[in-house]
Amino acid sequence: MTEQSIRIKREPFLRVVKKTEVSYGRMVLLSLLAVVIAIVAGGIFILAIGQNPFEIYASIVKGAWRSKIAARGTIKLAIPLLIAALGITPAFHMKFWNIGAEGQIIMGGIFATYFALFWTGLPHWMLLLLMFIGGAIGGGLWGLIPAYFKTKYGTNETLFTLMMNYIALYLIKYLTEGPWRDPASSGFPKIASFAPNARLDQVLGVHAGWLIGLALVAVMFVYLRFSKQGYEISVVGESINTARYAGMSVKKIIMRTMFLSGAVCGIAGMCQVSGAAYTLGDGVAGGVGFTAIIVAWLAQLNPVVILVVTVLFSMLDKGCSVMQSDFGLSPAVSSILQGIILFCILAFDFFTRYRFVLRQRRKA
Amino acid sequence: MIINFLFAAIKAGTPLLFGTTGEIMTQKTGNLNLGVEGMMFMGAFMSFFVAYHSDSLVLALLAAFAIGVFAALIYAVLTVSFMANQNVTGLTLTIFGTGFAKFFGAMMIDEAGGSPKLSGKFLKAVSEKAIPVLGDIPVVGKLLFSHNPLVYLAVAIAILCTLYLLKTRSGLNMRAVGENPGAADAAGINVTLTKYLHILVGGGICGLGGAYLSLINGGGIWNNSSVVNGQGWISVALVIFASWNPAKAIIGSLVFGAFSVLQFYVPKNIIEVPNAFYVMLPFLITTFVLIITSMRKSKEGSQPAGCGVNYFREER
Repeated sequence: MTEQSIRIKREPFLRVVKKTEVSYGRMVLLSLLAVVIAIVAGGIFILAIGQNPFEIYASIVKGAWRSKIAARGTIKLAIPLLIAALGITPAFHMKFWNIGAEGQIIMGGIFATYFALFWTGLPHWMLLLLMFIGGAIGGGLWGLIPAYFKTKYGTNETLFTLMMNYIALYLIKYLTEGPWRDPASSGFPKIASFAPNARLDQVLGVHAGWLIGLALVAVMFVYLRFSKQGYEISVVGESINTARYAGMSVKKIIMRTMFLSGAVCGIAGMCQVSGAAYTLGDGVAGGVGFTAIIVAWLAQLNPVVILVVTVLFSMLDKGCSVMQSDFGLSPAVSSILQGIILFCILAFDFFTRYRFVLRQRRKA
Repeated sequence: MIINFLFAAIKAGTPLLFGTTGEIMTQKTGNLNLGVEGMMFMGAFMSFFVAYHSDSLVLALLAAFAIGVFAALIYAVLTVSFMANQNVTGLTLTIFGTGFAKFFGAMMIDEAGGSPKLSGKFLKAVSEKAIPVLGDIPVVGKLLFSHNPLVYLAVAIAILCTLYLLKTRSGLNMRAVGENPGAADAAGINVTLTKYLHILVGGGICGLGGAYLSLINGGGIWNNSSVVNGQGWISVALVIFASWNPAKAIIGSLVFGAFSVLQFYVPKNIIEVPNAFYVMLPFLITTFVLIITSMRKSKEGSQPAGCGVNYFREER
C-alpha cells in the first residue's frame, strides 16, 4: 500500500467543518426550517399519545387568545419571562453563564416587598419608584456576588449562580415563616397582601409590567448594539485577552455587566410581586429564570427576537392550560412540547454554524 | 435518638448519592449536565410505572436506568455531536423530563382512577430489613446493615465508580478527555465515544436516583407534584461538595441527608433556628466550598478544566 492510499483510508467518511460566514437570509431560512421541524416533531409526539396534532395545536393557539381574559393571561405570563430573558442577555453576550436569573428575580421581589410592606405611607408613584429601584438593586447585588468572586478568584460562575438561586428561594421561606409573616393569617404562614398603594397600575387590563418590558427591549437593544459599554461586553465575550490588550478593565466590565443583568432580572421580580401576585410567595420566580435562559438563547441574544420567542412560549404555556378540559390531558404537555421544540432547534442550530463534508474522491 | 437521626440521614441521602455519582461521571468527561432533575424525574416515573405493572424490583430499576440513559442520549447527541450549548441543553432536559413525568404520571393516575399504589408484595421487597447476623450487632447493625436494598446499590455504584475513575486505564482516559480533550485526542483516545459512554452511564445512574425517590421515599404512592422536588439540583450542588469524587460523595450525601432531616431532630427548646435555615444550609455550604476551592486554586478538588466547553477538533 502506498503512503497516499493510507492517507485516504484514514480520512473519515463524513467530517464537520465550521462555516466561515453565513448570510443573514440563509440564517433566517434555516431558523424557520428548524421551527417547522420542531413543530412536526411535536406533532409526532401528539400523534403517539393518540391525539390529532392539528386539533391540539389549533386549540393551544385558540386557548391562548380566545377571549380577552385568556389574552391577558398570556401577556401576564409573558412579562416576567420577557424581562428576565432580557436580563440574561448581556451576561450571556459576555459568555458569563448566569444561571442565576431565578435567584435574581427572587431577590428583586424581596427588596420590592420590603418597601411595599413597610413604606406604604409614601405617595403611590414614589412608593412604586422605590420598589422599582429596590428590586433592581436587590437583583443586581445578587448578580454582583458571583461576578466578584469570578473576577477575584476565578470561581465557576455557572455553579455559583445556580447555588444562589436556592439560597434566595429559602430566604423567602425564612421571611414568610419568620419576620414578615402576616399575623392576621391563621394557619399556613404567608406574607400579607400588598396595600393597593403598592400595587402596580393596570394599563389596558394588564399590569404595567408589559410597558416596562417593552421599554427594556428597546433599551437593551440600543445598549448592546450602539453603546460603548455594549461594545465592551461583546469584546470580553469574544476574547478576554483581546479586551485586556485593548486596555479595557475586564474585571470592571464583568462586574458592571453582571450587576446590570441581575438588576433587570430583579425588575422582573418587582413586577411579579407588585403586579401579579400582590404578595411575596416562594412561587415568585417559579422556574421563569430557567425558561428565560432558554428563551434568550433561542433568540440568539437579540432583544427583539426575545420578544417574539417570549410571546410564543407564553402562548404555548397558556394554551396548554385548556388541554385538561378539552382533551383530558395534563397541562404538563406544555413542558414536553417545549422540550421537544427546543431539542430540535438546538440540534438544528448546528447547521447554521457547521456543515458536513463528504470524503473527497481523489482526482487522479 | 442519634442512631435514628443518622439512619434517617442515610435514607434521605441515598437518592442524592445516585444523582451525584451520575453527575460526577458526566462532568468528569467534560460535560456539565444540568438535566439531573429532569433525568431523575423520568427515572422516578418509569420505575414506578414498571413496578406498578410488573411488581418486579429488578425490572423497575432497569427501566429507571434505561430511561436515564435515553434522556442522557438526547443530551449527548445535542452537546457532543451537535455542539449545542451545554447549559441550555441541560436546562431544557430538566424542563422536558419534569413535563414527561408529570404528564405520564397524570395519565397513570387517570388510568388507576386515583393515586396508583404499589402492591404490598413489592413494598416488602424494597422495605428495610436487617441482614442476618450483621444486622444484629448493636448500633452498627442498625446503622449499616438494616437498610433497604437500594441503599447498598447506591454505595456499591459509588465505590465502583471511584475505583473505575482512579484505578483503571479507561477511567484515566476519561478524566483526560474531561480535562483536556485536545490532548486526549492527540494521544489517540476516541473523545466522542468516551464522552457518549460516560454521559449515558451517568444519566442511567441519575435515573436510579429517581427510582429511589418514587419507590421508597414516596411510600409506594405516586405523587405527581412532589416526587423529585429539587433533589436533582441538590445533587448538582453535592458534586461540588464532594469535589468530583464519588467516594467523597458517599460522605457528602450523608451530610446533606442529615441537613434535610436535621430540623426534625434538633430539640426546639434548646436551639431555635428557623426551619428555612436547615434547607438552605446545603446550598450555603456548597457555595463556600466552591469559593474556597477556587481561592486555593486546587486542581484536585475543582471542576474538570474542559467542563462546559464542547470539543471541536478543528478548533483546538
